[in-house]
Amino acid sequence: MSFETFSEFLQMGGHALYVWLSYGVGVFILIFIYIQPILARKSIIRDLYQRQRRGSQSAKQANNEITQDKQVVMNEPKA
Amino acid sequence: MNWTWFYKLGSPKWFYETATKILSWFLWPGVLMLVVGSIWGLVFAPEDYQQGNSFRIIYLHVPSAMLAQSCYMMMAVAAIISLVWKMKLADMFIASAAPIGAAFTFLALFTGAVWGKPTWGTWWVWDARLTAMLVLLFLYFGVIALQSALENIDLASRATAILVLVGVVNIPIIKYSVDWWNTLHQPATFTLTEKPAMPAEMWIPLLVMMLGMYCFFTAVALMRMKNEILLRERRTKWVQTIISEGIKQ
Repeated sequence: MSFETFSEFLQMGGHALYVWLSYGVGVFILIFIYIQPILARKSIIRDLYQRQRRGSQSAKQANNEITQDKQVVMNEPKA
Repeated sequence: MNWTWFYKLGSPKWFYETATKILSWFLWPGVLMLVVGSIWGLVFAPEDYQQGNSFRIIYLHVPSAMLAQSCYMMMAVAAIISLVWKMKLADMFIASAAPIGAAFTFLALFTGAVWGKPTWGTWWVWDARLTAMLVLLFLYFGVIALQSALENIDLASRATAILVLVGVVNIPIIKYSVDWWNTLHQPATFTLTEKPAMPAEMWIPLLVMMLGMYCFFTAVALMRMKNEILLRERRTKWVQTIISEGIKQ
């Protein structure tokens, strides 16, 4: 252990701002890149499910939509 | 030689199922190593005799900078595979990895700037290595933009692969910038051939952080690739089954 007390640990020998700013942003970014695909998966499943349901209602119409690019799926307004 | 594994690897369904299985083998060990490495580096590693405690930023800075570059190299390999064999998964890897690479590059630049302030007295200099890292960040942005800008998927994947390959020039520049030019940035902490110039209690946590970062990257890349597969293979029966099962959860 290289610190005597907890407050010494927090002060980081005067470099608290730099050390904690780095680690704060680091933790934030790592959590973000972990959470982002989880949220994306939920919205993809929701969008594709609605597409599927509409598809079974009018197969031909849906087929035309589906042949369009994936961007269409992603940009569709969330229902 | 038996090439069936190569064809299997090209099957999105097989990949999706395998990714689902092995994801947690990388995710939790990765998170554990990152937590252990950070605590080790922040609390137990001795302070640097010149830089004091600000040197503890190294445990975040070096692994993210390393990942930023390895991620790009992996994308370059995928780009070759995508161009030569037209393998869809290689293209999906590029699309999935680029945002993660951009995040790591940003983190490396940010922690570098914050470390530079107490060490060099400035947040930023137009130093060779720093500039090359900034170029890497813009390359990642370019890949992300190009990938989504073109409507035609085949065209988008070819254009992206070519951009990735052109950008590879930047990687040796980043790596050797500290040797080729007189820079403010200190030379590599680790080399394969020499013993690290720091005591073991300083570099072991760094090694733990690097391994953790690689595992975490693998897990997140697999998660993103699974999403890409769902989107691009949405017309297939097996994806539609996953969708109708997934909506119930």
